[in-house]
Amino acid sequence: MLDAKIPAGNLEKKWDDYKSHVKLVNPANKRKLEIIIVGTGLAGASAAAALGELGYKVKAFCFQDSPRRAHSIAAQGGINAAKNYQNDGDSVFRLFYDTIKGGDYRSREANVHRLAEVSANIIDQCVAQGVPFAREYGGLLSNRSFGGTQVQRTFYAAGQTGQQLLIGAYQALERQVALGNVDMYTRHEMLELVTIDGKARGIITRNLVSGELERHFGHAVLLCSGGYGNVFYLSTNAMGSNTTAIWKAHKKGAYFGNPCYTQIHPTCIPVTGDHQSKLTLMSESLRNDGRIWVPKKQGDTRKSIDIPEEERDYYLERRYPAYGNLVPRDVASRAAKERCDAGYGVGTSRQAVFLDFAAAIQRYGKIEAGKRGLGDVDAATITLMGKEVVKEKYGNLFDMYEKITGENPYEVPMRIYPAVHYTMGGLWVDYELMTTIPGLYALGECNFSDHGANRLGASALMQGLADGYFVIPYTIGNYLADEIRVNAIPTSHPAFEEAEAKVKARIEELMNIKGSQTVESMHKRLGKIMWDKCGMARNAQGLQEAIQEIRQLKAEFWSDVKIPGTINEFNPELDKAGRVADFIELGELMCIDALERSESCGGHFREEHQTEEGEALRHDAEFMFVSAWEYQAQHQWKLHKEPLLYDVVKPTQRSYK
Amino acid sequence: MEHYNMNLTLKVWRQPNKTSDGKFETYQVKNISSEMSFLEMFDVLNEQLVMEGRDPIAFDHDCREGICGMCSMFINGRPHGPWHATTTCQLHMRAFKDGDTIVVEPWRANGFPVIKDLVTDRTSFDRIIQAGGFISVNTGNAVDGNAIPIEKDHADASFAAAACIACGACVAACKNASASLFLSAKVAHLGLLPQGYPEKKNRVLSMVSQMDKEGFGSCTFTGACEAVCPKEISITNISRMHKDYLFAGLSSEK
Amino acid sequence: MKWSHFFTSAVGRKIVMALTGLFLISFLIVHVGLNSCIFNDLPYFDHNDNGSMFNRAAHFMGASLVIRIMEIGLLAGILLHIIQGYAVEVKNRSMRSKGYQVNLGSRGSTWMSRSMALLGTLVFLYLVIHVAQFWWPSRVSHDLEKVTYNGIEMHNLYLRMYEVFQHGWVVILYLVGVAALGFHLLHGFHSAFRSIGVHNKKYLFMLKSLGYGFSIVVCLLFALMPVSMYLNWVSPFN
Repeated sequence: MLDAKIPAGNLEKKWDDYKSHVKLVNPANKRKLEIIIVGTGLAGASAAAALGELGYKVKAFCFQDSPRRAHSIAAQGGINAAKNYQNDGDSVFRLFYDTIKGGDYRSREANVHRLAEVSANIIDQCVAQGVPFAREYGGLLSNRSFGGTQVQRTFYAAGQTGQQLLIGAYQALERQVALGNVDMYTRHEMLELVTIDGKARGIITRNLVSGELERHFGHAVLLCSGGYGNVFYLSTNAMGSNTTAIWKAHKKGAYFGNPCYTQIHPTCIPVTGDHQSKLTLMSESLRNDGRIWVPKKQGDTRKSIDIPEEERDYYLERRYPAYGNLVPRDVASRAAKERCDAGYGVGTSRQAVFLDFAAAIQRYGKIEAGKRGLGDVDAATITLMGKEVVKEKYGNLFDMYEKITGENPYEVPMRIYPAVHYTMGGLWVDYELMTTIPGLYALGECNFSDHGANRLGASALMQGLADGYFVIPYTIGNYLADEIRVNAIPTSHPAFEEAEAKVKARIEELMNIKGSQTVESMHKRLGKIMWDKCGMARNAQGLQEAIQEIRQLKAEFWSDVKIPGTINEFNPELDKAGRVADFIELGELMCIDALERSESCGGHFREEHQTEEGEALRHDAEFMFVSAWEYQAQHQWKLHKEPLLYDVVKPTQRSYK
Repeated sequence: MEHYNMNLTLKVWRQPNKTSDGKFETYQVKNISSEMSFLEMFDVLNEQLVMEGRDPIAFDHDCREGICGMCSMFINGRPHGPWHATTTCQLHMRAFKDGDTIVVEPWRANGFPVIKDLVTDRTSFDRIIQAGGFISVNTGNAVDGNAIPIEKDHADASFAAAACIACGACVAACKNASASLFLSAKVAHLGLLPQGYPEKKNRVLSMVSQMDKEGFGSCTFTGACEAVCPKEISITNISRMHKDYLFAGLSSEK
Repeated sequence: MKWSHFFTSAVGRKIVMALTGLFLISFLIVHVGLNSCIFNDLPYFDHNDNGSMFNRAAHFMGASLVIRIMEIGLLAGILLHIIQGYAVEVKNRSMRSKGYQVNLGSRGSTWMSRSMALLGTLVFLYLVIHVAQFWWPSRVSHDLEKVTYNGIEMHNLYLRMYEVFQHGWVVILYLVGVAALGFHLLHGFHSAFRSIGVHNKKYLFMLKSLGYGFSIVVCLLFALMPVSMYLNWVSPFN
């Protein structure tokens, strides 16, 4: 039976009580305790900085050339916090409630409440670090609203909130490097977890420049390696984002929680052709002002501007009058897919819908004319002024769209389509963020914890930083307090020898296949299987087929992949091969999980389980649990269930109508 | 926008590792769609090379949406290629036409040694940040986010400087291989905020000192950095950094 | 921070360049003003001046102790500017051991901003000739014709100028030198202010405009001097 170690007591008091009673490590002992951190995005960098500040000896690893490159940097829209600066009725409880509801009642109450509690501290901390959040003329912080909520609680820095937050954490991390508290290893990839007597005690890494394998000891190991959306090949993730670190941990005994929960983001730039290597997100904030529509006529090939107003179907506003274009991501994505599948799609591929700013431009233009006291002005002036306002708000996103598509979104509506964006699943962790392997923690997107079956906009940054700055510094002490008598274990220990030998053998095996298919081509094939059969909509038959196809692909990969170059050099193809091999195995588990979860919830939509109106239909009686998968052998996993108990919130059918 | 296909000749710098000599190699790529990104065109070339049993071209890239700062190609004599305010990964093949020859080189600067082919080592930037590119505030020390109002103009100017993605295009373009634009963006980002004020003097002095150690030149205000910066960081930040340095140096008691 | 370190860092060197550059610019103002006295001989002003205004002004400068002391400062400024300039150039050039196949060229920066060392060298060569032709005979070797105004005997520097500028090649040499100075100033003037920390866009615009005006007016005046003598617009003999 999985023990989530949720503290007893009232929901609002749990975290306070925990903090007051958790074991502490005295400063002299902290200096002797070594902590390994894998990944330096928001969760990893903030954890490395916070733990370094506390006096632990930290070693941090990233595969990029600098910790500042981690993909947290690409988050555009913002970060939520229950500050209620706008006096619009926000509170810790409301943020907690929205997150639970947004996650379709598949997350843990205690974790989510803690997240909402520390959200305000994150903003304070980031401001103190010099994160240049958007401000009002009075010098105070500005907020905006984001999908799935009715209050303005999102803090932002233009369209680059993730970048600014990451740079804040990165700078805090580099400060600790300068102070000697953190050793930073860039262009290093973790390839194995080392366990001794059942506890996580270190990792094997590969230096991606020289190809050498290295052993690193730690009293505890923190995985902060991000999401695994690249299992779909095409996603909004960075090219290097991968599952390898958590997959290695999973195969060493860490349970994998809810692998099938994948978030498909509704507003991405559509695919243009087979050459496509990644998908680009257009911030969700665009839905604050843009209106989404398709033609009312099937297969309408007219240009957008030639379609008169009465022949346009603003389907989100029609279906969800209360939230309109601001419904949560999973709802918006499915609605777009539904329209395109029904033959209403636009663009050459017919796999896109319009995101139109014409109305917003007119509205802002008129407001601007009023502000400037211009009285009656002609339509052209209003349009011009409206475009200026829109440019001010979304200029960088519009520019990006134009660079990629060659179309001017001020003149014609954007074409958008959903794309894989975030993975709510990840390593199963308890309340302390510890996995099922003692001493191994998972933070940020790579754990399964806070978002249930669907993440709300502007919550990923919040969770990454909450875990790193405000949760792990407390919870890790509870474990390390009992480790103070353990001296650093020399890396000549047989467990390290064995782990390194295993890594070496695997790399050699990969290099010796010398087959005929490129890594990239096989990754693409995996992505296609996953997108077609384990994507936005899933069904039992498709998933069963997918499992077979993935198993076949795995066999093919290990007998026919072609990797150029040698082991002991800078060899990106080899790096990629190792990652794709892990994605293939993960893909299988995702399909198994999706098949097992015979209900629809959040980002997991099983076609067999929907309401008459096509909304997700949960089966709380049977599936109110976290699926935690234990790896047993190739193609074999054992399901453990952590029941979800709702003491405070009463699960209902989500309605955004 | 009309789509078209093109055939191109690529001259690419190849260098097996840090210590070896490199040289240019010429490649032909065919049927490149104008809708591809520049890096997708390189993907096509690399797939071709792998299938031919040749070593694919190593190049840095990650987010492919213009924000991580990893991509770094010197294309036809310009960092990140011909488009204004664009990273290599956001450059699309519409910028080229059938029959073009494209010369691709790595960033060239002593502060950025080549690791392989088009990949350079930019850890010097991390060390410059370590020298003082931060605000010394431990986690949990912070006061309420709204406790100190910040003049909007300063907040905006700070943000504009903080938009730097540390790609190194400024160094690549500068005839002196100076890292002044990168460094000054950080000095301005933090120095313009009240939170960064207490460390303002020490920050600029030690960051400049580190820049010297890393092998970057002085700024002679040619403006090339500003012209190629994908995030349009203004060269006025460098003047601001010089001012801070001057005041800090003169008022230092050591 | 130690002074030695302060002035030798990447930024410190540039501050030295800027301060000495601005000092030399202030000298140019005096120099061009004084030399413009030759134009008093133009028919429009006083055709019978024959250089007396210029000679008296030059005599005043040569006789004043204050000015002679400042001359030493000027020499020091010039030397510092030159030495530091070359030091900066050498250091900057060494920062890219391996160059590009295709260069950035003029996309993003002006030619003169990239050629300050070349332009400075031209100005320096021109300066050597210029000093040998005028400063040396009047201040050191004293082998100039004498002229007397109101009972005071002084060098007839005006006559010397006239003699020197009767040679076409000298005039061309001077025009090249002055052009080099002009381009050097076009970038140097505003760049110096940037180097010492003027970052306000409004002031930078003003300084840049002022710098362009200054460079053009000063260099045009300097260029007119040999030309007007060569073409006999002004001359000691009318």
